[in-house]
Parts: sequence; structure tokens; C-alpha cells
Amino acid sequence: MVHLTSPAFKENAARALADPGLQKALARTKPQFHGKRAKAVAGLPEFEQLRNIGRDIKNHTLANLDHYLEVYAANVEKAGGVVHWCSTADEARAVVLEICRQAGAKTVTKGKSMISEELGINDHLEAHGITPVETDLGEYILQLRKEPPSHIIGPAFHLNREDWEQSFRESHTDLDPKRVFTERRDILTEARTKLRSRFLAADVGITGANFLIAETGSSVIVTNEGNGDLTQTLPKVHIALASIEKVVPTLEDATSLLRLLARSATGQDFSVYTTFSTGIRRQGDLDGPEQYHVVLIDNGRSNMIGTDFQEMLRCIRCAACMNHCPVYGATGGHAYGWVYPGPMGSVLTPTLVGVDKAGHLPNASTFCGRCESVCPVKIPLPKLMRHWREREFERHLTPGTIRTNLRLWAWFAKRPAAYRAVTRMGIGALGLLGRGKGAFKWLPFAEGWTRGRDLPAPEPGGTFMARYAKARRQGR
Amino acid sequence: MSKDAILGAIRRGLKRGPLPADQAAMLNGRIASHPRHLIPARSRIPRAEQIALFIKNVEKEFGTVQRIPDLAGVPEAVTDYLAAQNLPARIVMAPHPELESIDWTARPLLARETRRAQEGDLVSLQHAWAGVAETGTLFFPSDPVRPATLNLLPETEIVLLRASAIVGAYEEAWDRLRAERKDPMTGGWMPRNLMLVTGPSRSADIEQTLELGAHGPRRLHILLVEDEAAPREMSRAEARAQATAQPGTPAAPGD
Repeated sequence: MVHLTSPAFKENAARALADPGLQKALARTKPQFHGKRAKAVAGLPEFEQLRNIGRDIKNHTLANLDHYLEVYAANVEKAGGVVHWCSTADEARAVVLEICRQAGAKTVTKGKSMISEELGINDHLEAHGITPVETDLGEYILQLRKEPPSHIIGPAFHLNREDWEQSFRESHTDLDPKRVFTERRDILTEARTKLRSRFLAADVGITGANFLIAETGSSVIVTNEGNGDLTQTLPKVHIALASIEKVVPTLEDATSLLRLLARSATGQDFSVYTTFSTGIRRQGDLDGPEQYHVVLIDNGRSNMIGTDFQEMLRCIRCAACMNHCPVYGATGGHAYGWVYPGPMGSVLTPTLVGVDKAGHLPNASTFCGRCESVCPVKIPLPKLMRHWREREFERHLTPGTIRTNLRLWAWFAKRPAAYRAVTRMGIGALGLLGRGKGAFKWLPFAEGWTRGRDLPAPEPGGTFMARYAKARRQGR
Repeated sequence: MSKDAILGAIRRGLKRGPLPADQAAMLNGRIASHPRHLIPARSRIPRAEQIALFIKNVEKEFGTVQRIPDLAGVPEAVTDYLAAQNLPARIVMAPHPELESIDWTARPLLARETRRAQEGDLVSLQHAWAGVAETGTLFFPSDPVRPATLNLLPETEIVLLRASAIVGAYEEAWDRLRAERKDPMTGGWMPRNLMLVTGPSRSADIEQTLELGAHGPRRLHILLVEDEAAPREMSRAEARAQATAQPGTPAAPGD
């Protein structure tokens, strides 16, 4: 399982800001993610309408989630599959291990799956003598380096080319140590060769699911590499891990969401492989698994239904929110300290691990609102982060200095005359300090802030309220 | 049992018990009628433009397309493509009746095996069931004549697609699937595996820079048969193939 370091967000963030390799990697966010998404969205004039449709489909499903899950499960069973309902991560881990044991599994290949990170499947299998092999290129190198993913669709987003070369040299010791990686493709080809034999030898394949379809009992995975398909096609047992909110009623519903997903995530119109798996190998089929298991996981989601946080269950895990987040862009994903980084993680992590441990995350936001503006299913992420701040305050988890300052501010805010008097004095003082230069190089008590940037000095003429009152008096 | 615990927790959140029968029936009706949502205008265009849009989108995603007048042109197109890519004249081919109906004798030097893919296969020849113009996407429903491994293991995949099998939007392909296919196990129409493929395999995991050929094919080459005159041929051939593979399974009406 990903070791929880969310309580140390501040220290994590400070370390991230001082890490030149990470900062080099993060500099790629803007050209790679922003530009591509913007281009894909511009290419589909109906994108805004589709966002509303996506939100409505998910809301309709969540309002009837019990029914659609039952229809889905019945259709999986019709196709020869087995559905394992699991309330907790413990239960889900035990089910996966038991399926692998029954299959006599020695090695298990895995497609990239965030729920698998949440459950900590790999450690659990390894502890019981079964070798899990991550096959997504990014997840593969993270497994070699024993690192958690730092991004939900580009898990090795934080690494640079030299990290790849170094890890491959250290891990693939059977190959010529003097080999040269002249281009990125050489790294890719080496991974392809290494993993091909793993695919062929695996006894069980574990994937996640982007969607579950009630109408047909299908699990859907979306990938670009093809590793997920090899994982679910070659071994004799396929296990699909899916949390309960992944279900949608029909193929038409899934189609509308798929039109949003790749465009929001990688800026592709459609991912290379969108694959629907429905049950076991049919009579006469030349390939496909003989067993098909769906591990349907709650792990805290059902508690979100009927609360302020129900809207978070619409999330389709595209990563647009973190790709456009100034905080994620500065710290990267590891600083968030658990499975899900960025704005979606700042909302989800406190619900799943507790606000007492993850309270820093909803505070690590500038509330610029960009996350909400790019969310394909219109989750009001800033509003939900604000809800967490309120709860944290109510539960007295907020540090004393912040509480005292807030109380002080509240006293003035409730007394407009005093508030105006104090701001007038403040503005006057700042005006004197910054006189002539129009900006500050230096401010008392704010050195940490001014070290990296300037603050424009207030223009002469008093506060807005003072100028407004003056203008009213003059009849303007 | 966890099933009851999960459903119970969901219902508590929704502040209700199990859905009353009439509401459940309404939701089942929504599934049965599977209403379409907004379909983007980009594929709502005249037929010839739809096919051109399909080709444009395949090429945008680094696939290649060659138009051929009829099935008789396949052997030459395959051998020429392999030669141009400097690949050996050897393919592994889907046991699809349409591919098997081709007269390959004119190209005796092309080695062919009809089976699923195995490790070491360099080139596959696969049969696409449909193409979607909206994004240049191929539909591969798995069945005995269309093994999924042919889409995955070889480095080069050549695909036969009839122009008449190109539709505008995904929703049209869903309706065709619902109307034309019958799954022997569920009695429904969804096959065990349905792959929607848009271009060759790729990864951007190394420094967010796109490289083709991650775990699946590095090249995807489509042979587009211009057959608009006889649009229904393919599905009949397929229905026969399915009936042969499962003796005793009657062909569904409308096949």
C-alpha cells in the first residue's frame, strides 16, 4: 500500500520545491498537458454540452446506484463471471489472494489501476509468495524503483530520462551494461522485450476498470500501450478491480463519458485501446481467460453518498484537475502523501483516510478554480475543498495560530467601521513603504513571500470603500 | 454479507429502501431503450465524406490506410506492404471466412498460417467488424473467427475493413452490434471481448514524449475495400461462420 505521508504535506512540499529533477519534470506539465487538452477540446464544439451530459449521467447513476449495481452483477454472472462484493480493502485483498491461490499462481501481471494502489494489492501478494508484475511502462519503472505513482494517468511523470536509463541498467543485469540508449525508443523497446515474457508466463492478470456497464455486465479499460489487453487476454484468469461508482447504465452512457475522458486526460480524441470485457472465453474462442472475476470495492465510497462529497463520486480519473493545478504543478504528486494527488486527491483522500490525517490537502489550494473549469463531469472541487476546511475547523483540527488569526479577522469583519479604519491605516502604511517604486522589494513580516516576487504597492487615494463613499458624495 | 452491507449503506445514504417496483421498472426501461445522448456533428456528413473522415482520423493517430477495389486485391496489397516495410513475407491470419475466401495462389511466396497469434509472430492479418469515422476507430468483437491476440502480439497488424462497415458515430456501431450479433453464452449480443482500436500502440510515460509500439503493434495498416455497392455481404458471411463454430446455435433473425 502507498505509505500515508499526507500529515507531512508541508515538509513534503518543501522538499519537492527544492528537488531540481522533479522541477525539471514538472516543467513539462504545461506544454504537454495544457496544450493538448485545449486543442482536443477546441476540436469538438459540443464539448461543453457533453460536460453537462457527463455530469447528468453520473448523477442519475449515483441516485440509483444500488439498482444499477445489481443489474450489472446479474449480467456478469450470465456471462460466466463472478462478482465479489467487498466492503473494505482487507476483504478485497483477501479475495484477490484467494483467487490467485486457487489458480496456483506464481506470477500475476497487472494493468495500471489506482484502486490497486489504494488496496495495496502488490505488497499483499508478495507477502504471500506471489510475484506481481506491473506492465504499464510507467508503473513498471516505479516497481523497479519501489516508488509510488505521482500522477493518476502518468505514474512516472516525475522521472527524467536519465532516471529511466539508470533504473534499467541497475535492474536488467542480464543485459550488456555498456549498452547505449540513444533515444527514448531504446528504453521502450527494452521494456517491451522484458515484459513480453512476463505476459506470456503469467497465471493471472489483474486490471482496473474505467467503467462498468450494467446493460451488458462489461468492464471497460482504456489504455494506450496495450498492456492492459495483454494482461486480461493471455492468462487463464482475469481479475477486474473496480470501485462501486464505476458503473453506468448503458453503452450510450459510457460512450458519452468516453468522448470526455481521453480529451480531458491526454488530449487524444480517443485512447488507442478501449476494451470491453464480458465474462469468460466462449465455446470455440481461440483466446481469452477461462475465469473472469470482478472485485467490486466500496472502501468508504458508500459513506459519501447523501453527503456534500457525493459529487466526488462522479470522478472519471482523467487527471485534468491536477494537470491544471498550480499547487500540483509546483510540488508534484508525491507531496500529497497518498494514492490520489492534485485537487481530486485533496477532496478524496480526507474521505478515505480521515481529515485528521489529510487536512493539509484541502488547504493546499489557491482556490483559483481552474480544476473545476476543466473537470469533464463538473465536480465543484474548490467548493468540496472548502467543505473540508470547514469540517477541519469545526473539529478543532486547525492549528492555533490560524484559529486565533481567523477569530481576530472575524471580529473586524463583523464591525465594518473598525474594519475600514484598520484597512485605511494598513493601506496608508503600505503606501508609505512602497512610495515611488510602485512595488515592494521588502515588506515587514512577509519576507518569505517577497523573496520570490513583488507585491504592487497601493495607489494613492485611499481604500476602495473610501473612494466609493467619496464618489457617492460627489454624486458620481 | 458484503453485498447487503454495501447496498444497505448506499440506500441509507440515499435515504430510502430498495427501489419500489415501478421505479425499478423505469430504470430497466431506460437500459432496454438505451437512449442516445448528444452525438457530435462532425460525423453527421454525406457518406463519401464519412469515409474520408475515417481515413483522416486513422492517419492523425499514426495508422495507415490503403484503398483497394475488392478482396482480390488483398494478396498483392499485403505482400507489397510487407516488402515496403522490409518485413519477411509471412503472416498469421484470422480464421475469418472472408479472409479464407481470398485466392492467395497468385502470391505463392507469402507464407500464411491461420490461427491465433503467438509469441514470435511479426505480422497479423485481422478482420475488422466496423470502423467509426468520428475518431478513426476500429471495432473488433472477439469470436472464433477473430481472436483478440491478433490485435496485440505482433509488431505489425494489417486489418481488412470494408468501406460499407464504416459508420459515423460509435452509437451506430452499438446498434449494429445489437441487431446483428448473438452471444452463444448470454443470449445477448455483447461478445466476450470487444476491442476498439484507434491507431498503433504507444506510450508517453518517458518524459511525456510519444513513442509508438509500446506493448501492442507498432504499425497499424488498414486495407479498405471499396464495396459500397454490396453493404450487407460481410455480416452474412460472419453469421455463417458463427453458426458453423457453434453447431446447434440458430442464426438470429436479421443476420
